[in-house]
Amino acid sequence: MAVIGVLALQGDYEAHAAALRRAGAEPREVRRAAELDGLDGLVIPGGESTSMLRLMEYYGLMPPLAAFGGRKPIFGTCAGAILLASEVLNPPQPSLGLIDMAVERNAYGRQLDSRVARITDHQLGGGELEAVFIRAPIIRRAGAGCRVLATYLGDPVLVESGLHMAATFHPELTPDDRIHRRFLEKVAAWTQAEAR
Amino acid sequence: MIYLDDAFRVKVGLAEMLKGGVIMDVTDARQAEIAEKAGACAVMALERVPADIRKEGGVARMAAIAKIREIMKTVSIPVMAKARIGHFAEAQVLEALEVDYIDESEVLTPADEEHHIWKRDFKVPFVCGCRNLGEALRRIAEGAAMIRTKGEAGTGNIVEAVRHMRTVMKEIRMLTVLRQDELMAEAKRLQAPLELVQFVHDHGRLPVPNFSAGGVATPADAALMRQLGAEAVFVGSGIFKSSDPERRARAIVKANTHYNDPKAVLEASEELGEAMPGLDVRTMSESEMLSTRGW
Repeated sequence: MAVIGVLALQGDYEAHAAALRRAGAEPREVRRAAELDGLDGLVIPGGESTSMLRLMEYYGLMPPLAAFGGRKPIFGTCAGAILLASEVLNPPQPSLGLIDMAVERNAYGRQLDSRVARITDHQLGGGELEAVFIRAPIIRRAGAGCRVLATYLGDPVLVESGLHMAATFHPELTPDDRIHRRFLEKVAAWTQAEAR
Repeated sequence: MIYLDDAFRVKVGLAEMLKGGVIMDVTDARQAEIAEKAGACAVMALERVPADIRKEGGVARMAAIAKIREIMKTVSIPVMAKARIGHFAEAQVLEALEVDYIDESEVLTPADEEHHIWKRDFKVPFVCGCRNLGEALRRIAEGAAMIRTKGEAGTGNIVEAVRHMRTVMKEIRMLTVLRQDELMAEAKRLQAPLELVQFVHDHGRLPVPNFSAGGVATPADAALMRQLGAEAVFVGSGIFKSSDPERRARAIVKANTHYNDPKAVLEASEELGEAMPGLDVRTMSESEMLSTRGW
């Protein structure tokens, strides 16, 4: 069984752990660099990206997380997607730069603009995808290496780039685990490729 | 059931995002900036921190709109604001202002001693205080999407928050072992709707996130509340009434993340100056207690 870390500095890391368990992986909370050892992949959850960023700085986690992302798959949702991006807008802030994309924070507006959407334009197989957007960011530019897996109102909301995946919404807040399963397939493919 | 519709899920969704974080009381843009820089996951805009409301007395109302607006412009994290218990017109104004969360708060002077706000009428989410499970479930039935302990705000004394969190968690645990045919009598005892009593019985938790507030002043206070079951903490007077707000804010954020790691809480506690002055809740009269406001 794949062991997947969930960055547990702040945010809905427990919801991700539950979703990973449902999808057949063993989740492990990560708060320190040493806890990255032995993981097959990592999830950066939803939450407040500035809050997570501060905690990463306090505990010197940026370099080890970037190094982990150079070797292993990472899946980020909402704040996690912001932290994976190469460029952050509104306001600009540091990030891990593991996916070539520009992400604008709180791009739909404030909480009153949060919503549950039903997405039909996606490549996950099966019926429509329920997407919970909470003060969500918008991917303003997806680099050439990005494969867009779902769009909403014309913008990419789920992308894949090399080892990594990012969603601007929260699949961990729905019982549908197609997206977590897709991430686990990437992890399995990568683990196999690495073993060869 | 109310906790399954989309509108409610979006409200609870933001509370989910605030989990594991620290929400700080701020009275102006400068304090909001300090809070955001320290790693707060949200700020609560209010006119005076509870310790000052307590000292100065008078009627405490919703904060001045210009102040809240200035705070909303300054930080990119969610901004909450307080409305008086039962004052649905203050809440309407805050919703029109587009704050991210409203705290229907006993820290302000209640506008209605009988009725709380019917929160389901609003699109903006609400957090409400409680002292026990029945009170929490009544607020959720009215539409609250986040629950916090009342504690005793502005005292720098954690004793009431501990009492309220222990009571809620114990009542939840007790509900889970009851038989189905005992739930109606329990709903009667708790003075809470049966469908919510049923939910807690089936899931062993509230249908919304459960945070703590009212008396958190030190990193160890935050760690204590998290270990007792709080999923995040509010810090009111504890930060800006201390001798060094920047450092205290940072220390509480660190201890809150590593609440289960005593060495990390030690490290966070080490660099601190003076905490806010504290008040002994036992010497306070009933009329001085804020937590007895609302029901």
